[in-house]
Amino acid sequence: MSDHNYTPSSKFGKWFNDRLPLLTLANHLTDYPTPKNLNYWWTFGGILTFCLITQIITGLVLAMHYIAHADLAFSSVEHIMRDVNYGWLIRYIHANGASMFFLAVYIHIFRSLFYGSYKAPREIIWILGIMIYLLMMAAAFMGYVLPWGQMSFWGATVITNLFSAIPLVGESITTWLWGGYSVDNPTLTRFFTLHYLIPFLILGLVVLHIWALHVPGNNNPVGIDIQKPSKDTVPFHPYIVIKDLFALLLFMIVFAFFVFYSPNILGHADNYIEANPLVTPAHIVPEWYLLPFYAILRSIPDKLLGVVAMLSAIFILAALPWLDTSKVRSAVFRPLYKQFYWILVIDVLILGYVGAMPAEGLYLLIARVATAYYFLHFLLILPILGKIEKTTPLPLSITSPVLGGSADLAMAKNTDIRKEKL
Amino acid sequence: MQRIFKILFFLLILNTNFANSISAENTGKLLTTDWSFKGPFGKFDRASLQRGYQVYNEVCASCHSLKYVSYRNLSEKGGPEFSVKEAKAIAASFEITDGPNQDGEMFTRPAKLSDKFVMPYSNEEEAKSANGGAYPPDMSVLVKARAGGADYIYSVLLGYVDPPENIKLDDGVYYNKYMYGNKIKMPKQLSDGLVEYSDGTNATEEQMAKDVTSFLMWTAEPHLEQRHKTGFRAIVYLIILTVLVYFSMKKIWSRVETNV
Repeated sequence: MSDHNYTPSSKFGKWFNDRLPLLTLANHLTDYPTPKNLNYWWTFGGILTFCLITQIITGLVLAMHYIAHADLAFSSVEHIMRDVNYGWLIRYIHANGASMFFLAVYIHIFRSLFYGSYKAPREIIWILGIMIYLLMMAAAFMGYVLPWGQMSFWGATVITNLFSAIPLVGESITTWLWGGYSVDNPTLTRFFTLHYLIPFLILGLVVLHIWALHVPGNNNPVGIDIQKPSKDTVPFHPYIVIKDLFALLLFMIVFAFFVFYSPNILGHADNYIEANPLVTPAHIVPEWYLLPFYAILRSIPDKLLGVVAMLSAIFILAALPWLDTSKVRSAVFRPLYKQFYWILVIDVLILGYVGAMPAEGLYLLIARVATAYYFLHFLLILPILGKIEKTTPLPLSITSPVLGGSADLAMAKNTDIRKEKL
Repeated sequence: MQRIFKILFFLLILNTNFANSISAENTGKLLTTDWSFKGPFGKFDRASLQRGYQVYNEVCASCHSLKYVSYRNLSEKGGPEFSVKEAKAIAASFEITDGPNQDGEMFTRPAKLSDKFVMPYSNEEEAKSANGGAYPPDMSVLVKARAGGADYIYSVLLGYVDPPENIKLDDGVYYNKYMYGNKIKMPKQLSDGLVEYSDGTNATEEQMAKDVTSFLMWTAEPHLEQRHKTGFRAIVYLIILTVLVYFSMKKIWSRVETNV
C-alpha cells in the first residue's frame, strides 16, 4: 500500500496523527489504488453503503414515532403516514429501501459469483459478506413484522414456527422466541429491539468487510492480480468516487420511482389489515427477496429437512471459495463456468417465482427440480468444473486490455486481441 | 453500460410482475373508470371527494368506521378541501363521548375538528351482532388493503348480480361478481338517486361508486397529491444532477487512458 510514509503537512496534523492516525486512514481511503478496469457492477458496494445509511437514518426517525405494542403498532404506523410531517415519505423510503437494499445486494453477490471475487485471497471478505446478508435477512424479516398487519403477524408465525422443527427442544425454543405461547406483544417488542440492533451489527461487519477488502485490494473484471500499481490502478478519489456517485444517482432515480409512484407495489395488500390471530390470510407470502429460500423450504416434504435445506442454501455460499476448484477467477476466461453461471441465475429466478405461487402441483415439482439444481451447482458442478474446464488464456496485466480499448471487458469481446498479445 | 440498465430494468419488471401476480389472484377482470388520481401527475377531484364524503356519510357510515381520519382532515390541502367552516359544521353534527369531567363523569359534546371520525359501533362485537356476524371493516386504509385497490372497491360496489344457478346462498349472504370468493355479507347499497348531491350532479350508481371510492382512496393516501408533486421535483432534480455528475466523471476519467 502506498500510504505507509504519509505525513500530514501541518504541525497540528502531525501531532494529532502521531496520537490517532485518522489522517493516515483518510489518506489511505482517498489514495487507495483501485483497478482501472472496474465496470459498473463494481459500483454496488457504494450503493449498498448508501442503502444501509438510508435505512438507519429513516429507521431512526420512524422509531421516534412508532409504538411497539400489539394494540398500538398498526395505528402508530397510520399516525406516521397521516400526521407526522413527511412521515409518509420517511416510511415509504424505509419500506422500499429494504427492497432496494436487497436488489443491490443480489447484484453485488452475483457480481462476485461471475468474477470469482470470493477466491483466494478474498475468502474472508466473502464470508463477512455472507454474514452481512444473513443479518440483512433477519433485519428485513423482523422489520416486516413491526407494522403488525396480517402478513406481519402470519409471516412471523410461519417463520418462528420453523424452529419447532428442531428435535427435542424445538417447542421450547419457539416458546422462548415468542415470549409466550403464540406470536403476541412480547414477540413484537423483542423483534423491535432486535430490528433496531441488527443494522448496527451490519454496520460493524461492513467496516470489517471493507477493511478486509483493502488488504488485497479489489478484484477486477479480468480477475488477475495488479502487476504494476502505477499502470493498472487509479486512486480511489476522485476516479472511483465520481463513478460510484454517478451509478448511485441512477440507482436513486429507480428508488425514487418506487417511493413516489408505486410505494406499495412491492408489499402485500393484506399488510394494511391489522393483525388478527383468528383470521389466516389465503396465502402467506414473504417479501420478494426471501422467495427463493421460501421455495426451497417448501419443496421438501419434511419440516425439519426443509429448514435444513433452506439454511444450507445460504451457508453453502460460505463454503464457495473451497467448492470452486478453478484457479481462474473471472468467468470471462471460463467458457463452461460462464454457462453454468447463467443457468444458476435463471434457477434462482425460477425459485423466486415458484416461491410466490401456491406449493402444489406443477409449481411444487418445479420448485423441487430447481432446489435440486441449486445444490447440484455448488456441490457437484463447481468442484468438477474446476478440474476439467479448459480456460482461455489470461492477459498479462489488466492494462493490456485497457490499451486494447475495450470498454466492455466483462463480456470479453476482445479475447482474441488478448490472445495475440500473449 | 447499456447492458446494466437492461438487466436492472428487467429485474424491476420481474419483481413488479411478482407483486402483481400475487395480488391479482382470483379477482378476475375488474371494472375501472377514469380515476383522476392515477399516474405520476394524478390529483384528486375535489368535487368528487366532497360528493364521496356525502355518500360515505349517508350510506356507509352507519356500519363502516373511518377511525384513522379526523374531521380536520376534511379541510386540509390535498383532500376534499371543505372550508374550515364547513368542516366545523360537519364535525359539530356528530356527538362524541368525552370525559371524565371534574365530577368524574363522562359526558357527550359535539365533535370538534381535532376529533377522529365518530365510529358507528362502540366495539367489534357490537358491530358483528348488528350485522349478522360479519364485521364491517374499518375503511380508513381499505383501498390499500385490497389487491386491485380502487378498481376493486369500485367493482365490488357495482358487482351485485344474480347468482349463477349452481350457487346456493345462505340467508344474509349475497352474490358479488368481484368479491373474493363471490360471497359477501353486505347487501347491495347503491341505487340510482339514493343520495341527492348538493352540487346537482346526477346520482347514478356508477357516479356514487366512483365518488365514494375516490373519497376512500383519499382516506387511505391523504398525502397522495403531495407525494406525486414531491416525486416529480425529486426525480427532475436527480436527473439533472446525474447528467452533471456524468460529465464531471467523463472529464475526470479523460486523464486516464481508459473508458468509463
